[in-house]
Amino acid sequence: MKTMRAVALVFLAAVLAASMAANWIAPASYARQFRDQPDAAPSAQHLLGTDDLGRDRFSRLLYGTRISLLLAPAAALMSTVLAGAIGGAAGFAGGWIEVCVMAGTDLFLSLPWLFLLITVRACLPLNVSPVVSVAITFVLLGCLGWAAAARVVCADVRSFRNSDFVLLARASGAGGARLLMRHLVPNLAPVLAAQFWISIPVFILTEANLGILGLGVAEPLPSWGSLLRELESFSGYSAQPWLFAPLLLLVLTVSSFQIVLHNEEVAG
Amino acid sequence: MTSGGSADKPGMADLALSLAGGEPRPARAVVRKLARHLARILVVVLLGGFLGATLVRVAPGYGVDSEELDSRLSAESLRAARRAAAPQEGLFPFYLHFCERLLHGDLGESRLLHMPVRQLVAERFPETAKSVGLGLALAWTAGLGLATAAVMTAGGVDLLAGLLASVLVCIPAAVLALLFIMVQAPARLAIGLILFPKVFQFARNLLADAAARPHVLAARARGAAGVGVFLRHVLPVAGPQLLALGGISVSMAFAAAIPVEALCDLPGIGQLAWQAAMGRDLALLVDLTMIVTLLTLLANSAADLAGLGRP
Repeated sequence: MKTMRAVALVFLAAVLAASMAANWIAPASYARQFRDQPDAAPSAQHLLGTDDLGRDRFSRLLYGTRISLLLAPAAALMSTVLAGAIGGAAGFAGGWIEVCVMAGTDLFLSLPWLFLLITVRACLPLNVSPVVSVAITFVLLGCLGWAAAARVVCADVRSFRNSDFVLLARASGAGGARLLMRHLVPNLAPVLAAQFWISIPVFILTEANLGILGLGVAEPLPSWGSLLRELESFSGYSAQPWLFAPLLLLVLTVSSFQIVLHNEEVAG
Repeated sequence: MTSGGSADKPGMADLALSLAGGEPRPARAVVRKLARHLARILVVVLLGGFLGATLVRVAPGYGVDSEELDSRLSAESLRAARRAAAPQEGLFPFYLHFCERLLHGDLGESRLLHMPVRQLVAERFPETAKSVGLGLALAWTAGLGLATAAVMTAGGVDLLAGLLASVLVCIPAAVLALLFIMVQAPARLAIGLILFPKVFQFARNLLADAAARPHVLAARARGAAGVGVFLRHVLPVAGPQLLALGGISVSMAFAAAIPVEALCDLPGIGQLAWQAAMGRDLALLVDLTMIVTLLTLLANSAADLAGLGRP
């Protein structure tokens, strides 16, 4: 298991490094069109061929990987912070505040995730610049993905609130802020870290789903979701196996996250 | 907690008695739980409706009609159209009006398809019910079957099914739908394949946990056979959680219906939701979300109440 975890970590590091170095590795910009070579097969110049607009697929894969791999953790961080703040405050306050906040969390969890996501996404303008579409997509994931984690955090804070060390700290005169910062937050760190890592593959897959449905990152910016949309031209799949490169990379990346998470769980 | 083969029988008997009115206290507990579920559903629907109405009311573009792009209209006609479409109500009056319409069974009209939402839902729901039902049946048959085999037999099945589930869980639902189109397989089965890894992984963990309990080990030590041990000792322990998973899987199935129906051209609720999102028909989208939320809440409550007899 340790070997698998090491392999998964090395793979994730390699993919991240390659995507970060896209400016140097990629043979062309993600938006540059080679008008004389639309739908070209892989060659020395275009390792994964070109799309129907003549854009280099390998370059777009590198840049798309960068967007998905940087922004999914950013969204995960946002949702974890929200979960920590909402769940932590509810658990710490207790009483009717906890009841109300947890009822709100239940309401959030009752709404089917993808329905909620596309409803809120549709409430925002669809015809926006690519950069704004990236921001909207990942901020939305971050803002809507906190509920399950908030319940876990709230339960943990509730148990800490009644624990001996907190009672002892209270007895020695520690106030609310000091209790929170010195005793509760450090103890919550492992839970929050776990929620953060769990959220990343979920957000990567959700962005891919939104991208394929045309509700994700707008063209010409690439992301794994928008790159996978090419699979819709399914008639050519037998002749163009390289169209599956983004899918392969996505599956391997998400699998690597799962392996690392599983090992952390086993170790925990 | 169930601790042996016969230990779960008193639990069922209690429930039967309580439902039959034999013992007043457990019967009250059942009624109280039922009332709590109904109250929860009502609160969620009201609050969800309020949130939905808020989204519709405050979304950019509310009150703007595509008619305004018609270059044949004069400035005066445009002003009149704007006056007619302009939001004249505050948020709360808007919500009250929204609820009043709902109470009369009026879900409003789709701006995108120019049809009553109620009619659209009536037309599209059977398709989704078929897809979701078939998907759930497939996912549960394969998922629970393989989870049972994985727990009851050592090695091969667990490894292979676990590997298959691990790969499938890493593929976006929309890609699975596209793969079904590529291989020209019945698209409805895609929902089953999307749900299978989640059902298998949860069910396997629940059954493995139940199978490792001391009373199961004791039964095995006394020479009880595999299937008997599973049916008498493992399944009753994991049953309530499996029922809860059943409720959750309904919600997952409806969510999976969006990419499957949208990409595979199945005219159901999922495709309608996608079309509404692409056309920014927010009122339709909110109505659909509320309907699906209500269905998933009912499924979750049914699963919870079905597991009531279990400790």
